[in-house]
Amino acid sequence: MPDLLIELFSEEIPARMQARAADDLKKLVTDGLVEAGLTYAGAAAFATPRRLTLAIDGLTGESRAVREERKGPKVGAPDAAIDGFLRGAGISREALEIRDDKKGQTYFAVIEKPGRKAAEIIAEVLDATVRNFPWPKSMRWGTGSLKWVRPLHSIICLLSDEAGAEIVPLTIDGITAGRTTYGHRFLAPAAITVNGFDDYEAKLKRAHVILRAEERAETIWNDATQQAFARGLELVDDRGLLAEVAGLVEWPVVLLGRIDDAFLGLPPEVLQTSMKEHQKFFSVRNPKTGRIECFVTVANMETADKGATILAGNQKVLAARLSDAKFFWENDLRTVKAEGLEGMGAGLANVTFHNKLGSQADRIARIAALAREIAPHVGADPDLAEQAAKVAKADLQSEMVGEFPELQGLMGRYYAAAAGLDEAVAAACQDHYSPLGPSDAVPTAPVSVAVALADKIDTLTGFWAIDEKPTGSKDPFALRRAALGVIRLVLENNVSLQLSEIIATSFLNLIWPLLQDGRMRFMGKIWDDPEHELIPRHFFGGGYGPVEGDFIGWDRFDEACGAGKCLCLEDQTTENSPSWRPVARGVVLKDLISFFHDRLKVYLRDQGIRHDIIDACIAMPGNDDLTLLVKRARALAATLATDDGENLIQGFKRANNILTQAEAKDGVEYSFGADPKFAEDNAEKALFAALDAADANILPAMKAEDFSTAMTAMAALRGPIDAFFTAVQVNDDRQVIRRNRLNLLSRIRKTCLSVADLTKIDG
Amino acid sequence: MSDKPRSFQEIILRLQSYWAAKGCAILQPYDMEVGAGTFHPGTTLRSLGAKPWAAAYVQPSRRPTDGRYGENPNRLQHYYQYQVLIKPSPPDLQDLYLGSLAAIGIDAHLHDIRFVEDDWESPTLGAWGLGWEVWCDGMEVSQFTYFQQVGGHDCRPVSGELTYGLERLAMYVLGVDHVMDMPFNDPQSPSPLTYGDIFRQTEQEYARWNFDVADTDMLLQHFKDAEAECHRILSAPAHDPKKDMQIIMAHPAYDQCIKASHLFNLLDARGVISVTERQAYIGRVRALAKACADAFVQTDAGAAA
Repeated sequence: MPDLLIELFSEEIPARMQARAADDLKKLVTDGLVEAGLTYAGAAAFATPRRLTLAIDGLTGESRAVREERKGPKVGAPDAAIDGFLRGAGISREALEIRDDKKGQTYFAVIEKPGRKAAEIIAEVLDATVRNFPWPKSMRWGTGSLKWVRPLHSIICLLSDEAGAEIVPLTIDGITAGRTTYGHRFLAPAAITVNGFDDYEAKLKRAHVILRAEERAETIWNDATQQAFARGLELVDDRGLLAEVAGLVEWPVVLLGRIDDAFLGLPPEVLQTSMKEHQKFFSVRNPKTGRIECFVTVANMETADKGATILAGNQKVLAARLSDAKFFWENDLRTVKAEGLEGMGAGLANVTFHNKLGSQADRIARIAALAREIAPHVGADPDLAEQAAKVAKADLQSEMVGEFPELQGLMGRYYAAAAGLDEAVAAACQDHYSPLGPSDAVPTAPVSVAVALADKIDTLTGFWAIDEKPTGSKDPFALRRAALGVIRLVLENNVSLQLSEIIATSFLNLIWPLLQDGRMRFMGKIWDDPEHELIPRHFFGGGYGPVEGDFIGWDRFDEACGAGKCLCLEDQTTENSPSWRPVARGVVLKDLISFFHDRLKVYLRDQGIRHDIIDACIAMPGNDDLTLLVKRARALAATLATDDGENLIQGFKRANNILTQAEAKDGVEYSFGADPKFAEDNAEKALFAALDAADANILPAMKAEDFSTAMTAMAALRGPIDAFFTAVQVNDDRQVIRRNRLNLLSRIRKTCLSVADLTKIDG
Repeated sequence: MSDKPRSFQEIILRLQSYWAAKGCAILQPYDMEVGAGTFHPGTTLRSLGAKPWAAAYVQPSRRPTDGRYGENPNRLQHYYQYQVLIKPSPPDLQDLYLGSLAAIGIDAHLHDIRFVEDDWESPTLGAWGLGWEVWCDGMEVSQFTYFQQVGGHDCRPVSGELTYGLERLAMYVLGVDHVMDMPFNDPQSPSPLTYGDIFRQTEQEYARWNFDVADTDMLLQHFKDAEAECHRILSAPAHDPKKDMQIIMAHPAYDQCIKASHLFNLLDARGVISVTERQAYIGRVRALAKACADAFVQTDAGAAA
């Protein structure tokens, strides 16, 4: 069983592509070999900045011969059919056999595929692999037409067994495979001849190349932590950076240097970000002071002066970078001291957020107004919430965030503190972007929660109003993430908030300035379909029908919106092609709430709550209060998990089915209220009593939002309902009795539906 | 000559000798205002077509928005690039490049030299390529690019382009912290001159003009004029009636494209171009560059194989 060694040696492969490329090489080659009839025992792929390597062991020496018979057309079939069959089988007409078949004489093709030598197959597979390699970006070079990530210089393709090693004959675009590679670019540039994988890896190590990325990462990590430890310092963990740096070197040499004292006054995050983003340095902390005082750089070189020149050079570059950062920091602090944090953000009026949704300053004004509205619901001081929203994005205009966008929010916190603003305001500057993802922490400080909610709801309302909703996999404005953020903020802080009201306010905030400065006007088209509720006549100060009118006052506007009437607006910014579609407030509201419900289902599904349970609760009033909705859903899920609960559903469905059929058949609704005096059977009487008892418990419990008490009371109906169905025939011959029993079923339905819409429950 | 260069000009001279010895034609700077050495027709146009090419040159470059009145240690509105373009890119281009670093006193055995991914794209030239920025001890000292497309045309064969930011590289080699303190000629000479002696005052003058004084109406008009002239030149018939021969005026047209590009940079520095207009201006310059490339590949010098 031979082993196979492949190396593709090139100019420097981008670090971020190496791991994926090694996997792709392994998959493409092994898939190709297996497809061609070879098997293997194991395969492993490796990458360094200059090479992709694949080692396969226990490969079969040749593929097995294959004999295949194919049945073709009948003798006498049209030539076209026979030719097609011949093409598919890849044989000539003379080679066809004629055999007797059930339906007469039929052509048969017998295809013999002889076994092939592994070398022949490998050459084909590797050629195809190199030519079709899925690099994220590839290039040509010189006069060639081959594409690779950077110029490809040499190929090793070597089959070896006990008898020795043999080169697989192969030439790709002028590069002939051999058994030669090269060591470290500077430390061991000479050619190296290898006779198998173990020899290859060992010789590379002697030539200052560590083949395995995880070994390079481990070396870096161990050396760096030890050097830090020796000075009483600790390395700041950064696995992402470690993986990247391991892809930038073939022979890692760890060097630890000091950060000049002049820069130690910078916020530690600034030091860390600047060093990481620009220089790929690790940060080293002094546990005694908590400050970042040193850095670790990883060179690809061993030098006679033990890296002194390299370290000095890196230190100099770092000093230049940090001088910039210090310059930005000091300028920003000066701006904040002179003009306040709002002054720093003044330029946001000139920054477009979205051409249909105005500038960042427009957006901030909306968020501030909304944060004020939300504040009482989350226990925040409305003044502080408004103030925090007004300054929360000011740092976008700071020089520091201009240079390091990833520090947005964090710098806001520092600058808010420097401006002497309330600690809660400073915290909101940093935390109002959160949560950014499903695992990101949710802010809990009331002011932060108010601003974070306002920020996200304004975004959602805005994009809904201009009809830029997510579709399929496209969500360029991260609106799903924003909705999930709102859901988590509300639920994890146990906030009771009627989203419809907040969204309505947000919508008014959005269009009010547009109406005021004439960018938008009422076009006066009166919708009369139910989707677009009628706008009251007085709204336009005049007649019905398609009239054009100017806005006639905020009071009337509010009145109309408060009455649940919708608005229809059209953009006036461009004459020929309105960039705003007509927008109906009612439609935005309804649609956005159902978007929240969809996201909530996804969120709760991950927590093990079934979608039908949520649907049953969404059908109930107050479904825009997500905390309430989830409380209801959890109580229902708990009830349904009990034996009584599960069986109650069956009883409810039976009652509901009989009732629905009877109502359809009789064309009446049996909602009179059943009269216990017509009850004959004891089970029937017991059910009346049980329903009375249940109602007495359920109604006050629902009022108090004590869903588990209500649902326990509902589940207690299971016994009486089951007993009723066992003992009593609903469709009695006597109409009075039948009607009364149907009305009794109606009571079951009414009582159960007062808790949740059980018709939505599966099963 | 000692191993370490002693002045800015010595670094330039050594690069010139090195690349001359490697067979490059040493061109002179292009006599127009450009933002980078790539704009020199010796790179932009000559990277097109099948004819072999090897050239190296210093290109004074202007980036009006980078002006800092000569106060910033690294930023200048007028600076120098050293540019090498070889077509087809030779297989040992990385080694040739490393040889040039050795020639200016950077010993690869004492330093940490690395090729770090950096893909190059010029929206104004309609050009892109793949390559690296070259780091020496953590500092970027050059751009190394294999051109894939220029002016919307595929490069066949591919050119290898090297760009050295001369001031930054020289400051590193000479151990100088502020560009204005850098010796321009030999510090031992009778009249030693620093970079600042030559350029501090001009940096101030240009920064003031670029940021505050340049007549934007005039610049806008010049932009329109250059754009119109470029199109006019290219729309002239290929046949010259006077000489009775084919003369496609790709280079005069490309001069107008260069002008338009620089005028756009000046307008940008004056802050009169909004974010939305920006893209439109870049698109207009790119259209010119593409039209010039289209014309050049019709000529002898730019013909395909």
